[in-house]
Amino acid sequence: MDIPYTVQPRPDTGLYNAKVGIWLFLASEVMLFGALFSSYILLRVGAPEGNWPLGWLNVPIGTVNTLVLITSSITTVMAWASLKMNQFGKFKLYHALTLCLAMTFVAIKSYEYHDKFTHYEITMADGRIFDGHLVKNAPDHIVIDGRAVADRKELFNLHAAKDHSHQQITLKRSEIKKLENYGPWHNTYLAIYFTLTGLHALHVIGGAIVIGFLWARGDRLWKTDPERFTNRIEISGLFWHFVDLVWIFLFPILYLL
Amino acid sequence: MNSHAPEHFSLHVRRYLYVFYALLFGTVITVGASYIPFGHHTLNIAVALFIAICKASLVACYFMHLISERKMIYGVLAFTVFFFLGLMFLTVWSFGDFPRHTVTR
Repeated sequence: MDIPYTVQPRPDTGLYNAKVGIWLFLASEVMLFGALFSSYILLRVGAPEGNWPLGWLNVPIGTVNTLVLITSSITTVMAWASLKMNQFGKFKLYHALTLCLAMTFVAIKSYEYHDKFTHYEITMADGRIFDGHLVKNAPDHIVIDGRAVADRKELFNLHAAKDHSHQQITLKRSEIKKLENYGPWHNTYLAIYFTLTGLHALHVIGGAIVIGFLWARGDRLWKTDPERFTNRIEISGLFWHFVDLVWIFLFPILYLL
Repeated sequence: MNSHAPEHFSLHVRRYLYVFYALLFGTVITVGASYIPFGHHTLNIAVALFIAICKASLVACYFMHLISERKMIYGVLAFTVFFFLGLMFLTVWSFGDFPRHTVTR
């Protein structure tokens, strides 16, 4: 039995079924991300004065990733428009570009995550605080590329920090009281940062898998039922644009403000 | 003109490119505006969110074709907007419950 309304619009909705389905799914996604945005607002407003991190993320890298995702959005819509114009070759090219851009986004995000997981705040037994990236991890000592911090509050607003000079510092393990990297457990800012960007990255990976399948194997449908294949590309494209749309809000609130 | 004709889509393509350029410009403006001291940090947040809303509207209206969609989709989105705004309203409303500046480290 054929699945009904894959191409023809359903009389009561005026749309093919997959389109209604994806919009209902996207509506639920708005509420999912909405709940996390709401958590972000509550955590930020509830943070004690001066304790909300500013300047912890690399703005040029975040900007490049934003441009990558925006470019992937145009290649996605161009892939769909190419099919509408019966230009299958162009569709293959545009969607190959979309996949490359998706992988670029994930690669850049992975680099940013790695940077945070190798960045440590170290409290010594005598109360001194050091901050920097781990260079060497020996059994009796560690070496960081960082700086000594007079007051822990200096670490929160990096825009206001006057001295950004780093040097290699060797610290004896026996003198270290606490050694903690900048993972999601470090503070509420990083907890919500990793939750929001991690969930978003999962959406990027999921979308890329679907687009990759439609590009590599699913395109056989173009020969037998081109309209149905074009609709599938439209549906995957709607999801991809939603992923772009979420990042448009994530970028300023996490990187710039 | 038949809306499914290839000529019709070449017009769409031109529009998509304009939207793409606007999104790139919007990103540059967002980053630039974040470095301008507007006097109060809240104002910087408002400006950044305003630009983000403009960019998101462009993506939704043109790339997601909401500018010429069926009533059914608008109905679904009306419910979504209602509940999303409700969620944000409740979030802002709850600010009054915060024991602000009582915790020190």
